[in-house]
Amino acid sequence: MPELDYRALGLKVGLEIHQQLATREKLFCACPAELGEEEHDEFERRLRPTRSELGDVDVAALFEWRRGRSYLYEAPTMHSCLVEADEEPPHPINREAVAIALAIALAAGSWIPGEVYVMRKVVIDGSNTSGFQRTAIVALGGEVDAAGKRVPIETIVVEEDASRKMGEEGRRVRYRLDRLGIPLIEIATGPVIETPEEAREVALAIGRLLRLTGRVRRGLGTIRQDLNVSIRGGAKTEIKGVQRLDLIPKAVHYEVLRQVRLLEIRDELRARGVSREDVLSMQPVDVTDLFRSTKSKVVRRSLGKGGRVLALRLPQFKGLLGRELMPGRRFGTELADYARFWAGVGGLFHSDELPKYGITGDEVEAVYKALGADPGRDAFVLVADEEEKARRALEVVKERAAKALEGVPEETRAANPDGTTRFLRPRPGSARMYPETDIPPLEVDEELVRMAEEIKPEPVEAKMRRLVEEYGLSRELAEQVIEDVRLDLIEMLISRYHGELPASVIASLFTVTLRGLRGEGVDIEAISDDVLEELVDMIARGEVAKEAAEEILKKAAEEPGKGARAIARELGLGRVTREEAERIVEEIIKENIDKVREKGERARGLIMGRAMAKLRGRIEGKIVAQIVEEKLREALRG
Amino acid sequence: MGIGGYPEEVSHFLRSHGLEVGDRVKLRLDSGLVLEGVVMPRYSPSTRPVLVLKLRNGYNVGVRIQEIRSVDKVERVTQESPGAPVPLVEELSIAEDKRVALIGTGGTIASRVDYETGAVKPSLSQEELVLSVPEAFQYARIDVEELYSILSEDMKPGMWARIAEEAARKLESGYDGVVIAHGTDTMGYTAAALSFAFHKGLPGPIALTGAQRSSDRPSSDAAFNLTAAVLVASRAPFAEVTVVMHGETGDSYALAHRGVRVRKMHTSRRDAFQSINALPLAKVYPQDGRIEVIDPSHRPRGGGLVLENGFDERVALVKHFPGATGEIIEMLLDKGFHGIVVEGTGFGHIASDAIGAVRRATEMGVPVVITSQTLFGRVNLNVYSNGRRLLEAGAIPVEDMLPETAYAKLSWVLARTRDLGEVRRLMTTSLAGEISWRHNLRLYPRWRHSA
Repeated sequence: MPELDYRALGLKVGLEIHQQLATREKLFCACPAELGEEEHDEFERRLRPTRSELGDVDVAALFEWRRGRSYLYEAPTMHSCLVEADEEPPHPINREAVAIALAIALAAGSWIPGEVYVMRKVVIDGSNTSGFQRTAIVALGGEVDAAGKRVPIETIVVEEDASRKMGEEGRRVRYRLDRLGIPLIEIATGPVIETPEEAREVALAIGRLLRLTGRVRRGLGTIRQDLNVSIRGGAKTEIKGVQRLDLIPKAVHYEVLRQVRLLEIRDELRARGVSREDVLSMQPVDVTDLFRSTKSKVVRRSLGKGGRVLALRLPQFKGLLGRELMPGRRFGTELADYARFWAGVGGLFHSDELPKYGITGDEVEAVYKALGADPGRDAFVLVADEEEKARRALEVVKERAAKALEGVPEETRAANPDGTTRFLRPRPGSARMYPETDIPPLEVDEELVRMAEEIKPEPVEAKMRRLVEEYGLSRELAEQVIEDVRLDLIEMLISRYHGELPASVIASLFTVTLRGLRGEGVDIEAISDDVLEELVDMIARGEVAKEAAEEILKKAAEEPGKGARAIARELGLGRVTREEAERIVEEIIKENIDKVREKGERARGLIMGRAMAKLRGRIEGKIVAQIVEEKLREALRG
Repeated sequence: MGIGGYPEEVSHFLRSHGLEVGDRVKLRLDSGLVLEGVVMPRYSPSTRPVLVLKLRNGYNVGVRIQEIRSVDKVERVTQESPGAPVPLVEELSIAEDKRVALIGTGGTIASRVDYETGAVKPSLSQEELVLSVPEAFQYARIDVEELYSILSEDMKPGMWARIAEEAARKLESGYDGVVIAHGTDTMGYTAAALSFAFHKGLPGPIALTGAQRSSDRPSSDAAFNLTAAVLVASRAPFAEVTVVMHGETGDSYALAHRGVRVRKMHTSRRDAFQSINALPLAKVYPQDGRIEVIDPSHRPRGGGLVLENGFDERVALVKHFPGATGEIIEMLLDKGFHGIVVEGTGFGHIASDAIGAVRRATEMGVPVVITSQTLFGRVNLNVYSNGRRLLEAGAIPVEDMLPETAYAKLSWVLARTRDLGEVRRLMTTSLAGEISWRHNLRLYPRWRHSA
């Protein structure tokens, strides 16, 4: 990553951390708050842009509706009900979820309202069957310690998670309703973060605070970070759906880079003397005839379906469309994103990337000519599609290009797996929110506050002291336990087996063994709590040695759903007695007697290796070493 | 209740700070937090001393007034006009070959939300329809008239007569069909009532429709149902009084049910309306204009118009329950009711000690009509002795007729005649398809017996 002086650029980042809560039921119905892979029913619906809501965003929804966009819902029988299917009004808000959020509010010293109001936030992408997400503020203000400073909290919100998107089938989007309605907490910080690394640290600290309640879900997709990023002179960009912590600094950095480059493009355009009016006065020109015998597959396919090729001149934009904003994403990519979003046009070419994609130099020259444009100074954009769509695409491309003269437009962007981002939609205003009148306001009464007090996370220091003093963990191990996503499980197991199994054995199972496996690329997310509980139980009962854990867990990751005992049986990891182990070692020595005679004491490594291959996990390694030592001496004496 | 639906304590607080609902204020709280937002009215009644504030991010929060240390009024927010809405379609295409009259009576289908308070207000107008359900016009030119704007449960037999009169006027003046927008709770009753009023002659379909999700929501079923109803009214081959609503939970097809056979069978599902003891008249596909007729024995379009209007409002519908004696029937007789429909148990029974009350009713010339609370199947008073005693006391069993249909029918019959013999004859004759004599095995829904 190239160096940037973030402070000098006036970088300001605010975070919105979304985390699924581990409640028994969903937020507005009695379904279990978890995903389900059982059989499902299916139904198909459409969503209408409601009239009074037709603002910026809903124009996009309107195009979708006009194009006949529909949504196919999978309704799993055990993990969704009429509420998710939008066939029954929501039940009153889940008090357990509110209590967990209030617990965080208490820990952050936030203000708690007298009544919590559920609102409807209009979302017409089909991910909510109702066409809106239900969301409620449960606290305002407060602060948390993170990255060496006091980070202000703006809002603490409880809201319903959306359906799981399973894919697209033509004009249909397929969603699964199991995730819809799982309670989420959203914690929004003030925009006080000044570097990408600090953003990661704050996210980490808030994530830890949430885990300390022991009442949040873990695993992939249960936590999601949105980043609000701006630099001086730029604009607030909302980056949605960063799932991994280590991606945060990258995403922030790339966004800073993008805004810096967009400001450079603005300055360059101004220096070239381009005005908004110059851009907005351009009209698309139909250049279909120039491409009658083109080699470009994209263009040919579109022409075959009766489409047209339209071109738009961008005066004095030469070289700017090809300018890289982020790795692999150019200013031209931004224009293409807009064309896709607003007009549903997939293929867009710009002159800075041509000739390429089967479009020849002659064709480029001919387009310049048809547009009356100067190949040395101007740029152009080409779209091949149905005429109406192509015209709409070029209209939005023109508007976006004109905005380049102002700098950075306010946008909501989605994070790519590499930390770069793509345009998602314009930033919505607050007008898209109105009260959910099907749900009465919830009074924050004494009982609710009492519930919250019980869940309120204990300060990190107190937890640390308990782990060290009560359970005898080393400070280092205790620290690692506190940072572990399975903190709640580890704590539960340590307390359950207190006096039977040293806490350090349990802790290292997670902080050493599991982490080691992850390092080897094992999908440790697939290992369920049940397997880990069973395994610890087996170790505590002496059914397997703790050395067997690694092998059992590796297998558990490959075959989710299988119990630890079943795996141990399959792997032949039953415990052996000392006598049996002695017999096995004697056997090995007999088989290798020539080498033993030849090498003498130095054969110990060889014999130990062979013995461990047979005995790992079935008896402690220490004992095997003793036996090998003994038996080897006996063999050499004899 | 004081200002904005608030209890007196909050009203007093507002008055003493010179505040009104709609004012933008800054509240400094004891905790030091400063909240800026607009004072909202309460949409749910409460005695709690809490002020509802809409924050700048769009969220509402309730603030305990005793926590408020100081108040700054920033400005009065003037009601912004919502601005010209973007039309759903670029060009309205109207099928000029058909004309449909849309009569509004209220209910969820024709409601708009107030985005500030979330309150849903009934409203149905020509402009409204063009903007919000433009696709309905692809089947007909639609003229809207709002007759009532009431909640379903406030519907009364007297209003059935007004609706029938209005529908007749429209059909007389050349409309191809009539759509009636209605609250769903009592839509089945109105459909049955109109069926009897028009049973002797109806030139075109009357399609009642409604919504289970209010039309302010993106997921509303209002437009789908309304479009299907317009399709039926303008193009269905049958001239019947029907209820046109979602056929299943998805937006695939609607069903046109015969008005005398339809019942709301679910509190909230889109496909709450089902035909009982009969098949629906047709499947209706509003998205591609198709109508698949299921029941071929319907009255064709193009006949004459005969309206026999008027309903007796002194009719009661009562349910028998364990412990019910003749008291309820006695009370109705004492109050001067003209007719009683009983939802009996099973085959149509009531308790032995209630039978005397039925005898008294008959002697007073008040018909007692017997239906079953099982809904499915036919009443039969010949199987058990209590049934035979009930028959002997003068009760009128009405075969497989729905209790609600029997209620509407008795109300209509009693407005024509009070002669008990004639009432009996009319009640046991199928006038509009409300009675059938054959049920095959398929006329009973398949319930699931596994998870």
